Amino acid sequence: MQAMSGKTLYDKIWDAHVVDQQDGESILYIDLHLIHEVTTPQAFAGLRANGRKVRRPDRTLAVADHNVPTEGQSLGVAKVADDEARLQLQTLERNVADNGIEFFPMGDVRNGIVHVVGPEQGRTQPGMTIVCGDSHTSTHGAFGALAHGIGTSEVEHVLATQTLRAKKSKNMRVVVDGELTPGVGAKDIALAIIREIGTAGGTGYVIEYAGSAIRGLSMEGRMTLCNLTIEAGARAGLVAPDAATFDYLRGRPAAPKGGAWEMALSYWKTFFSDADAAFDREIHLDAAAIAPLVTWGTSPEDVIAVTDATPDPTSFGTPDKRASAERALDYMGLTAGQPISKARIDVVFIGSCTNSRIEDLRAAAKIAAKALEGGRKVASHVRAMVVPGSGLVKIQAEEEGLDEIFKAAGFEWREPGCSMCLGMNPDRLEPGQRSASTSNRNFEGRQGRGGRTHLMSPPMAAAAAIAGHIADVRDYL
Amino acid sequence: MEAFVRLDAKAAPLPLANIDTDQIIPKQFLKTVEREGLGRGLFFDFRFDEQGKERPDFVLNRPEYKGAGILVAGDNFGCGSSREHAPWALMDFGVRCVISTSFADIFYNNCFQNGLLPVVLKADEVQALMEEARGGNHVMSVDLATQTVAAPSGKNFHFDIDPTRKEKMLKGLDAIGETLQRAKSIDVYEMKRALDQPWLEGA
Repeated sequence: MQAMSGKTLYDKIWDAHVVDQQDGESILYIDLHLIHEVTTPQAFAGLRANGRKVRRPDRTLAVADHNVPTEGQSLGVAKVADDEARLQLQTLERNVADNGIEFFPMGDVRNGIVHVVGPEQGRTQPGMTIVCGDSHTSTHGAFGALAHGIGTSEVEHVLATQTLRAKKSKNMRVVVDGELTPGVGAKDIALAIIREIGTAGGTGYVIEYAGSAIRGLSMEGRMTLCNLTIEAGARAGLVAPDAATFDYLRGRPAAPKGGAWEMALSYWKTFFSDADAAFDREIHLDAAAIAPLVTWGTSPEDVIAVTDATPDPTSFGTPDKRASAERALDYMGLTAGQPISKARIDVVFIGSCTNSRIEDLRAAAKIAAKALEGGRKVASHVRAMVVPGSGLVKIQAEEEGLDEIFKAAGFEWREPGCSMCLGMNPDRLEPGQRSASTSNRNFEGRQGRGGRTHLMSPPMAAAAAIAGHIADVRDYL
Repeated sequence: MEAFVRLDAKAAPLPLANIDTDQIIPKQFLKTVEREGLGRGLFFDFRFDEQGKERPDFVLNRPEYKGAGILVAGDNFGCGSSREHAPWALMDFGVRCVISTSFADIFYNNCFQNGLLPVVLKADEVQALMEEARGGNHVMSVDLATQTVAAPSGKNFHFDIDPTRKEKMLKGLDAIGETLQRAKSIDVYEMKRALDQPWLEGA
């Protein structure tokens, strides 16, 4: 049967990168290795201890993103107040210099969140294999690249060999057809999928997204969707490249030029699933049925419509799930059956590798501009921050005047980095604070110890900032 | 990597689903440039309250579970971030084996890089072991060679594991060294790629 059916997009990328087989594992060539300060120091130390070199510094790109402060970046790393963060940033600087790896340091306009920078520079291309010591590497799948997170031991392996030892995952296809309704976007599609299959639903699979609603997404939207694939437990997410992909890449610094562009284009166009390709699992969703969504608990599968109430833990199937739901409600300071839109917000965070690109900022700024027209601003008890994904996103937003809208409406306009998505830098929730966040994880303590995170789209977060509580973005359009 | 052959150790029950890597090792411990010493951050917010005092009711703080080498946990253990600090912290704390119905993909891979054995069993089997872990005698034996977990009651549970991974874990093999034996294949692949995709060569 296997021989009779066509190949999936994942099969094609996989097959194109198998260097060798050894002990039942494939040795897979890696086209692009993205690195950052947090998950690499021990890998470089391992190389040094074993007298090994970086095999392909030219296929490696480094940024500083996880623990950079989002103000005062022009002062340089020496002025980073946190001693441990500073040491980690300096360690990265030394490691990339010693190994001849291209690096965009903090303060460089090209620096930013690794998953924003790769595509923005045109480093991310269709048909590639891309890895990084960060689970949200799945983002790059938006370009039809096989991209996933790896641990530090594997980072060391890729640095030393430019390959990864791996076994193939299964194929899943998620088809989303139909038209999204106003106020609903890629973030809501992703949350709807995670609600449908659960945070372990994708374990063992690579997911390809297909259907008219996916085709209709911009590259930014596709990146949001693929970014959140890891929250469904899948190894990677993929969208087959098309005209939107090629238009996005054309003219980017690392995109091929001239004759090489034509050559690359014809190669990239071979990356799609054959019509008769077989998938091990297939899921269908109707885009028109998706409402603006928010999370109520401490797992990204704890998803409800903004118009819904929190669930009753006794409605969960297993004792562990019931215990987790009870614990989540308690941690979140919510009660079962409470309308989620009543939850009062202390902090709004618009940013992260999920939602910090220009389109995300435009969508949020539109809500802010509309509020300003009506004489409204960020609610007085709310701290709202906007953190662009890269220096270049920041500049573009400023050229479009988005920063002025945000500032006039009472939002803070910050410098790029991972920021409050994971609170490794000074941007953190205080215990008990509740956030409306465009990031990717609502885990206990994720944004700061005792912090309570509600995940949602950028326009939903902007609406929450204005309302002072979780709000239905459709009332703010 | 440290080899794993057989382990006889106390097993501690953690009956929660979706224990994520932020819970296993919170962000403030990721700023280290070392692999060692992360045990102090393991399950930090479970073990300590806001004032930094031990929470006496958390299982790993209870005297009868001190020195536990095995965790029995709910579904989807290790979900979230790719941080290898999670297995490093578990190992540093003395945990060499985690038993659950399922593990998140990256965490699962990371375990095998470090000699931490993730054991997948069926839901009713994990439930049975969870009950036994709660009991007075909660010393279990995990044997990788025979792929069995022996509970204190004498019940044995067989687990499946990829044969390649099993072999490497038993021997504690270094993956980079293995791959470098195939450096020729990588050279050949790179030469071919340079011809087929010249736009990826040079800066």
